[in-house]
Amino acid sequence: MDFDLSDDQRMIKDSVERLIADRYGFESRRALMRNPEGWSREMWAQMAELGLLGVAFDEAHGGFGGGPVETMLIAEAFGRGLVVEPYFATVVLGAGLIRRAGSADQQAAYLPQVASGELLLAFAHHERHARNDLAHVAATATEQDGVWTITGEKSLVLHGDTADKVIVSARVAGETTDHNGIGLFVVDAVGLNRRGYATQDGQRAAEIAFDATPAEAVLSLDGFPAIAATVDAAIAFVCAEAVGGMAEMHSSTVDYMKTRKQFGRAIGEFQVLQHRAVDMFVNLEQSRSMALYATMMAEEPDAAERARAISSAKVAIGRNGRAVGQEAIQLHGGIAMTMEYKVGHYFKRMTMIEKLFGDTEHHLAKVAQAGGAL
Amino acid sequence: MDLSFTAEERAFRDEMRDFFHTAIPERIRRKLREGLHHSNDDQIETQRILNARGIAVPNWPVAWGGQDWSPVQIYMWQDEMQQACVPFPLAFNCSMVGPVIAEFATEEHKQRFLPRAANLDDWWCQGFSEPGAGSDLASLRTTAVRDGDEWVINGQKTWTTLGQYADWIFVLARTDMAAKKQEGISFLLVDMKTPGITVRPIQTIDGGHEVNEVWFDEVRVPAGNLVGQENKGWDYAKFLLGNERTGIARIGISKSRIKRIRELAAFERVGEGRLIDEPKFREKLASVEIDLKALEMTQMRVVAQERTLPRGKPNPMSSVLKIKGSELQQATTELMMDVIGPYVAPFFTEEELEGRNEPPIGPDDAATAAPMYFNWRKISIYGGSNEIQRNILAKAVLGF
Repeated sequence: MDFDLSDDQRMIKDSVERLIADRYGFESRRALMRNPEGWSREMWAQMAELGLLGVAFDEAHGGFGGGPVETMLIAEAFGRGLVVEPYFATVVLGAGLIRRAGSADQQAAYLPQVASGELLLAFAHHERHARNDLAHVAATATEQDGVWTITGEKSLVLHGDTADKVIVSARVAGETTDHNGIGLFVVDAVGLNRRGYATQDGQRAAEIAFDATPAEAVLSLDGFPAIAATVDAAIAFVCAEAVGGMAEMHSSTVDYMKTRKQFGRAIGEFQVLQHRAVDMFVNLEQSRSMALYATMMAEEPDAAERARAISSAKVAIGRNGRAVGQEAIQLHGGIAMTMEYKVGHYFKRMTMIEKLFGDTEHHLAKVAQAGGAL
Repeated sequence: MDLSFTAEERAFRDEMRDFFHTAIPERIRRKLREGLHHSNDDQIETQRILNARGIAVPNWPVAWGGQDWSPVQIYMWQDEMQQACVPFPLAFNCSMVGPVIAEFATEEHKQRFLPRAANLDDWWCQGFSEPGAGSDLASLRTTAVRDGDEWVINGQKTWTTLGQYADWIFVLARTDMAAKKQEGISFLLVDMKTPGITVRPIQTIDGGHEVNEVWFDEVRVPAGNLVGQENKGWDYAKFLLGNERTGIARIGISKSRIKRIRELAAFERVGEGRLIDEPKFREKLASVEIDLKALEMTQMRVVAQERTLPRGKPNPMSSVLKIKGSELQQATTELMMDVIGPYVAPFFTEEELEGRNEPPIGPDDAATAAPMYFNWRKISIYGGSNEIQRNILAKAVLGF
């Protein structure tokens, strides 16, 4: 057991942290977000240049041959920077599904384009009444003359407004909540009926309607296992991202307490506030531990063991992220209530992560049903 | 980064587990599993079995019976022992005075005290806290005045755990009344049979007798019983407290408590079903387990850091382990209270429980649930209260 990084991993960490430090300060981020698409294509090209987009792909697909640890390092740095480029949608979700469900030919066709930054993806899966049920798919896919067409409405599609291609889940058999009979299709986004919008945390999403829309490729006609595995990996990603955000909130709070003066002294001299900052630190460290655990279990082949670990991590991150975020705002006081100040933006991202892919209550119930976390 | 254990480490864990389950009598381990106190004879018997195998004091220098183990092995030894409900080697001997003697005392002291401490031939207790010196330990007022070849000790110590069985006590006493409070303290070894020592029991809210007051009235000890240098006792005390860096979370104990809670909750009925299947109860239990899982990972991170830290140097991260570890141990006692329900009420003394022939009233472990809940409130108070741990973190990590 060791927590040390390999030389290659340290190189990735250094390069992504340098990118965030140099190019992703609070003001720079606001400038990036002023692009019409809500993020920067130039930044995306730079991420491709640094090899971040293909970090987990095989070398044959233009990748780096990395795994969950490399992805975690990127996620944590992105969390510190509150990155708005569509990495999660394209690389973690879109390419994640292609890697898990696609054929060798499909992987060879799509993944190099993702790694080079030419192809943006999104995962059109969630539907209006699915809530936390990953198997809830009412959209349908039917085949005629060798062509599959999709009909149905997909909601909250992260970065669905700018994706070049969309991976769509659609039912090929069974009832709306059956695990079996969910197909995964690649649909060209040109001409799609999609309504894009901003999210609370400065990301983008879209509502997308499919009306006998033809698919350009079928990844799988039994896609649920790949969906579950990809979503588990995605949760591991946002757990690490949340740790980056919590670390920023915590250090920002501690710095502020050392400089902010009231009653003639730095507020950090008050023990009651020190202890609250310590509790934030304890929550941060416990979160870091669970993000590591999620990383360690993200590619676990036993789906039940993997899901139990990932749900445990999501619960811990959800609770700690909420506590750290609320305390960061409280300990800063009024300044943290302003859009001009960075802490509130981390708090908003934490809050959205808690609701993403199943909230705390949902994952807690899953862990409990699975017989506990140990 | 590789978060799995090596084949050698896994084999070591299995070896420890097998040994604890086979070599330590079930009658002793059962007491801990069911929340009963083990007796002093159980403590001695267990420690001698461990010592015969060479694993009572693996944290000591090899020359004095320690093992050349990695931090991971030390962690596994502790964790497996706790999960197997084996009484831990007496902390006052093995984690406290032993390492101090091995580090700072004379060769003669080492030869005289260490082998007997490892084998529990001498039972040690701790003379640190005083009525007026709790969290602010350095304000202690017990004095030791040099008179010829002797030190004359006067004062009162308190919270002396298991002092009623002790052969020896290690005492912090003020030897320079004029110096700043941390700088005038010395570390003395005192035979409990010395005239002038009085031990008075303190009954705690669970009804048990675990801690004592120890009074020193003109107690004369040989000058040679001073450890290290005069007036350096505070440094040795800090070393003593800094030595316990990872075991403090007592994760194995919380795990064994949770295992027991699951066993008993499977027997309790709620409506038509079992308590263990009740969603609210199950989720409460899962919440504690998730926190415990996180703490276990945090502990592994601290264990990994151990490789680079010198012995006796405190790692402020162990304060995180203490805070969360104590909260979780206490949380398990609350869960057990939930399992036992109204049957937490009947009260029996330990003597009544051990000698009884009648069946228990209510579920198994009913008689120990409330005493354990009451007693374990101490965990967030002793060894540096959780508020002191927060002070340490505020200063050492956050830079306040």
